[in-house]
Amino acid sequence: MVYGPWTMVNKIMNNANYSLTLSGLEPLIIYSGSNFINVGERTNVTGSRKFLRCIQEGRYEDAVEIAREQVNGGAQIIDINMDEGMIDGKEAMVRFLNLIASEPDIARVPVMIDSSKWEIIEAGLQVIQGKGVVNSISMKGGEAEFIAQAKKVKRYGAAVIVMAFDEEGQADSYERRIEICERAYRILVDQVQFNPADIIFDPNIFPVATGMEEHRRNAIDFFRATKWIKENLPGAKVSGGVSNVSFSFRGNDPVREAMHSAFLFHGIHHGMDMGIVNPSQLEVYDEIDKELLERVEDVLLDRRDDATERLLDFAENFKGKAKEKKEDLSWREAPVEERLSHALVKGITDFVEVDVEEARTKYPRPLHVIEGPLMNGMNVVGDLFGAGKMFLPQVVKSARVMKKAVAYLLPYMEEEKRLNPQNDKANGKVLMATVKGDVHDIGKNIVGVVLSCNSYEIIDMGVMVPADKILQKAIEEKVDVIGLSGLITPSLDEMVHVASEMERLGMDIPLLIGGATTSRVHTAVKIDPVYSGPVVHVLDASKSVPVVSSLISEEQMTAYRAQVKQENADFRDDYHKRKAVKNLISIKDARANALKLDWDNYTPPAPKQIGVKAFRNFPLDELRKYIDWTPFFQSWELAGKYPSILKDDVVGEEATRLFQDANAMLDEIVNRRLFTANGVVGIFPANRVDDDVEIYRDETRSGVQETFHFLRQQNQKAAGLPNLSLADFIAPKESGKADYLGGFAVTAGLRVEELVKKYEAELDDYRAIMAKALADRLAEAFAECMHHKVRTELWAYSDEKLNNEELISEKYQGIRPAPGYPACPDHTEKRPLFDLLKAEENTDMQLTESMAMMPAAAVSGFYFSHPESKYFGLGKIDKDQVHDYAQRKGHSVEWVEKWLSPVLNY
Amino acid sequence: MNKPDIREQLKQRILILDGAMGTMIQKYTLGENDFRNESLKDHPKPLKGNNDLLSITRPDVIKAIHLEYLNAGADILETNTFSGTTIAQEDYGCEHLVYAINFESAKLAKEAADEVTAQNPDKPRYVAGSMGPTNKTASISPDINDPGKRAITFDELRIAFKDQAKALIDGGVDLLLLETIIDTLNAKAALFGIQELFDEGVREVPIMVSATITDASGRTLSGQTTEAFLISVEHMPLLSVGLNCALGAAAMRPYLQVLANKAPFFVHVYPNAGLPNEFGQYDESPEFMGQQVEEFLKDGFVNILGGCCGTTPDHIREMAKRAEKYQPRHEKVEA
Repeated sequence: MVYGPWTMVNKIMNNANYSLTLSGLEPLIIYSGSNFINVGERTNVTGSRKFLRCIQEGRYEDAVEIAREQVNGGAQIIDINMDEGMIDGKEAMVRFLNLIASEPDIARVPVMIDSSKWEIIEAGLQVIQGKGVVNSISMKGGEAEFIAQAKKVKRYGAAVIVMAFDEEGQADSYERRIEICERAYRILVDQVQFNPADIIFDPNIFPVATGMEEHRRNAIDFFRATKWIKENLPGAKVSGGVSNVSFSFRGNDPVREAMHSAFLFHGIHHGMDMGIVNPSQLEVYDEIDKELLERVEDVLLDRRDDATERLLDFAENFKGKAKEKKEDLSWREAPVEERLSHALVKGITDFVEVDVEEARTKYPRPLHVIEGPLMNGMNVVGDLFGAGKMFLPQVVKSARVMKKAVAYLLPYMEEEKRLNPQNDKANGKVLMATVKGDVHDIGKNIVGVVLSCNSYEIIDMGVMVPADKILQKAIEEKVDVIGLSGLITPSLDEMVHVASEMERLGMDIPLLIGGATTSRVHTAVKIDPVYSGPVVHVLDASKSVPVVSSLISEEQMTAYRAQVKQENADFRDDYHKRKAVKNLISIKDARANALKLDWDNYTPPAPKQIGVKAFRNFPLDELRKYIDWTPFFQSWELAGKYPSILKDDVVGEEATRLFQDANAMLDEIVNRRLFTANGVVGIFPANRVDDDVEIYRDETRSGVQETFHFLRQQNQKAAGLPNLSLADFIAPKESGKADYLGGFAVTAGLRVEELVKKYEAELDDYRAIMAKALADRLAEAFAECMHHKVRTELWAYSDEKLNNEELISEKYQGIRPAPGYPACPDHTEKRPLFDLLKAEENTDMQLTESMAMMPAAAVSGFYFSHPESKYFGLGKIDKDQVHDYAQRKGHSVEWVEKWLSPVLNY
Repeated sequence: MNKPDIREQLKQRILILDGAMGTMIQKYTLGENDFRNESLKDHPKPLKGNNDLLSITRPDVIKAIHLEYLNAGADILETNTFSGTTIAQEDYGCEHLVYAINFESAKLAKEAADEVTAQNPDKPRYVAGSMGPTNKTASISPDINDPGKRAITFDELRIAFKDQAKALIDGGVDLLLLETIIDTLNAKAALFGIQELFDEGVREVPIMVSATITDASGRTLSGQTTEAFLISVEHMPLLSVGLNCALGAAAMRPYLQVLANKAPFFVHVYPNAGLPNEFGQYDESPEFMGQQVEEFLKDGFVNILGGCCGTTPDHIREMAKRAEKYQPRHEKVEA
């Protein structure tokens, strides 16, 4: 290289402090006096479930929003990782990087391309115009590979993170850390001519205070190695993932947060330049309890032999907080205002009446108790919730305290009103309803509770409410806001209908939209344009309060309503501008590229018996074993996977409490048979004809009893990948092979309402919502249980022995896709399925006109037995398939388009 | 001919790069036939406007322009190869001529430079192989409805630029000049390809890299600030980094200053003769433009000075005259 050494000298002379320069659309310069550089960690599929889901479901727009939030939140570099078995990491990396390149407010910061696979790293390097960081390379696979990769990184013009890892393994002592880093540095600088300022070492942050003697020096060795690197390897930087250090204190946040802060404090002091840190897991160093800090630092710096024991002992004080609370009634000695606030924040109902009575006698009017101490307490709750320091189950419990307190005061207020009529106004009146055809209301109830906690009067019209009823009530009651909820896709259209009716009636009050299938996009693109009043999509319960408050407060409403309108308009424009008109292939070509299973050499398993089998009053304790708890926590807006969520740093404590409450209620439900679980399964002779599956009356396969119509993926596939349809998993008629299709419909929701009503009467929304959430889980468990039974007993094609975790992760042969879900999004296929199973008769379930199942805690779907059958997402489909499908189903194109509107590509 | 290392020259004085090629070609009012020779007489697509072809079909014209610039005082000639990649030639169906275009253009410029240097050996003339940005961008979507879409990949660009650079070096250029960079990722692909070429044993030549700041936002078309651009290309050992095209000299000043302060390389600038007027012509006179660039000289911003669109030998003569009075930008290594 002619100019290499010259440039290198030049650069080094110019930058006496060896600045690491990076760029997105704008520069980022990291010099020796820079503040610590915080690397954003949320665009990482291994670290963020939310991001993973966005990528898995192809919701790249939402994934881009996560990146944007992160940059807006102050991340100076964003780490992007797509290493997940179920996604094509290379394609996802390229697509995501290309998308954020078009977003100037994200692309302004440099990118960290994070993968353990070199091919993903290289694909990423080929699409970034700025100077990014490769995370990471190491000598794990030997020197030759290390050199080859480093040369490439250099040629692509990126900086690099080098892990302290070599052929022998990961460096775990001071000596190994400096040995490996020095060796890597010498190779990079001397052989590869890598700019030393572009080298970032990650000398491995490992847990401390694990009780293992060999882990004692993990932190201090990292610090010493950092210092050594900074003193001896000119130009090199040091980075690391901080949360590892406190691994052994999972579930004990105060201690973890203190450890992270102290670790960073010392790390930075020793020269650490940058790192991946979750800002919500950091205590302010100065505010760490002095005694705790001393013990944490004893451990980090390995200052005494008994440091670990002493920290563990002391940590118990923090961990034990919850336990102590039961006995610790010292809060009872505080003034009544503080007691009420404490009870609200902690959700303690035991003393509500006593305390409220005391307050009532202390304050001149009962209303003053509400407006004073109770509202102050709820404001504390609201602030903590808004700041992410309280979680939804806690807030619902706070609401329970509030409701009880208000209920106690109500007679006094009415008495007062009778004696002295005047109008005391609530903050505002909000009408809430789940729209016609839909029966899902857990989310709506949660929003109602949160709003009522904030002194809004809630008129809850329940589920399946037709538009005219909603509007009539709204007008009668002169409500300030209408909130609509829905979970299934047809509800989206119904919401549009309600909005257009509001317009027709000349209303102008705000309309809130919420529920699982609703989205910002749908709200802005479909609902907002038909109604001239404000329409707001409310993502979760915590957002509902500020939104409603701004919408109806006299000072803010004009500006806020205009802002909401404008935001929707902007969002809509933006959407139309960037709406990806995907390149779909014709249905003919898609069929030509169908999955071609080898039917010649495969005989589908025949069931012991064909036909339908009903299970009424199925034992609930048997279902309990099949519960997948992860979605249960999701319904309470707690993110994390069961069982690790119970030990989660942030929500672990609350998740554990919720889990205990849930199990206590389940005990009662099971023991007292409070719910009824009915189900029906069937296995039928079936063969495929194109994308339809014919169900025959009997094994002669001469009479067609029913036909199911499946849809086929139409997106352009990479070479070798088929355009799937569920029909592909069934043997074609012309193969001459006898195949079968199964079906099921199960519910655990019968009689749930009784229990819910009882709790509601007791003003206990927490339990009411819990009962519904458990019914949902039991229904899912029922589906899992039936599937297991079908695989091992009824169809009996499998002799699997799987535990529940393996069941949940679907490690068995065969699938049970449900109409209305990604592989077969047409809800109307439930109708023939119900007919075939005689589901109404066998289970007492019903289908609404929107094809929602009643009761809501219900699941129905198909069984496919083929070992290659798998879940997939249909994606968007084109007009040609819609026409073909309409013809096959014998309905008009418009009818089909209405039901399939979410998957249409036009 | 053995020329001294251009870096030695750059430490002593400000070197002058030539001016516009297209503007000069226009003055010849050439017709379709001028763009064809025997082997192109049946070429199915119109070729008029494919200026790079003239190095093959009308070498007399191109050489005459080169000589005019040399006589006006240019130290560095740019080859007539701005669109000499398979990607840019695709529009004319001339991909198969890419090697010939670059090789012949390099030879032609070298001939002209050597002739003039022979008359005055104290002032060596150099040839820079011009490499334009192509008409496709690797980090900007061609479709506003699909921000993730790309019209071209890194690898396609890498290969196209590598082929062009190979032919230019074979033809005898002293330097390579990646110019009018509107998308840094295109430039990175070119640098990657060139580095591969050097690794494969092709003669190494110094590289000049020149960005285009599209408008008053101070950014490239692909959105980077000048400093972010610099950071994105400085992994490559460059001879110089600088700006050309799009803006007139006065408007370039703040961005040039960034490079003058931060670049660990020599710095060049070759502005347009102002912004195009309503007839698409550039109308800053040599005198006016000379005054403008003299501000850069006074402040010690540049090592290489020249002209882009709309500039003529008269502009270059004016710049050369003014540059003589000033010291070159201090190379930071000596500071």
